[in-house]
Amino acid sequence: MTPTEFLYLAVDGAFVMVMVSIALGFYRIAVGPTLADRVVALDMMTVSIVAFCGLYAIFAGVEAFLDVAIVVALIGFLATVALARFAERMMLLRRTPNPKEGTE
Amino acid sequence: MNSIILLAGTRLLVALLLVFSIFMLLRGHNTPGGGFIGGLIGATGFVVYAIACGTEQARLALRVPPENVAMVGLGIALFAGVMAIFFGDAFFTGQWLFIGATEDDKGLPLSSVLVFDIGVYMVVMGSILTLTFALEEGV
Repeated sequence: MTPTEFLYLAVDGAFVMVMVSIALGFYRIAVGPTLADRVVALDMMTVSIVAFCGLYAIFAGVEAFLDVAIVVALIGFLATVALARFAERMMLLRRTPNPKEGTE
Repeated sequence: MNSIILLAGTRLLVALLLVFSIFMLLRGHNTPGGGFIGGLIGATGFVVYAIACGTEQARLALRVPPENVAMVGLGIALFAGVMAIFFGDAFFTGQWLFIGATEDDKGLPLSSVLVFDIGVYMVVMGSILTLTFALEEGV
């Protein structure tokens, strides 16, 4: 087995593992009982997609996919931050006794 | 939102996002990139800053109102299109200027395509920031 063959074998195996992790993330988003579970699953899927972009850059030999990975890695946390603010605000609304604010 | 982790991370990320957006803008035309994606990444940098430090701080960091950025960008894009008329070509034909060109070397190529891309960059960045700041202040 030449080193190139071994590389492509490893890339194929890694593809399968990344797919499984994304599928598990989907399952947690669909089932997850609380909002926090879903947010963490979404974050995990973002990291998996970064890994997928890196793998695909090796598989296709196109380095432009690395830029996609960089952008997704830089921006991926933004969804988590926004959802964390949403959860914080929801908790504040629940605590305030004024019912008019909660009905909006 | 007063999170010290977010504040510390923002200082690094905003600079990184803005530099990467300029990189994306300049490498467009021949490779993936260009004004639109660069403007989106640059706008994301300011959005991260607005989430961490508040909208007023983000507006101060931008120095000019985001609406004006979009307007000026639209003007620059129009200028890049009109430029072709002065050289007797059809509207929006790319004009190239090769500085220091010799027989077998192209020299430094400058194009009106880049001017148009810079206009698109400013339009996308200004309009996205206008929307996001309005949403942030409305909530």
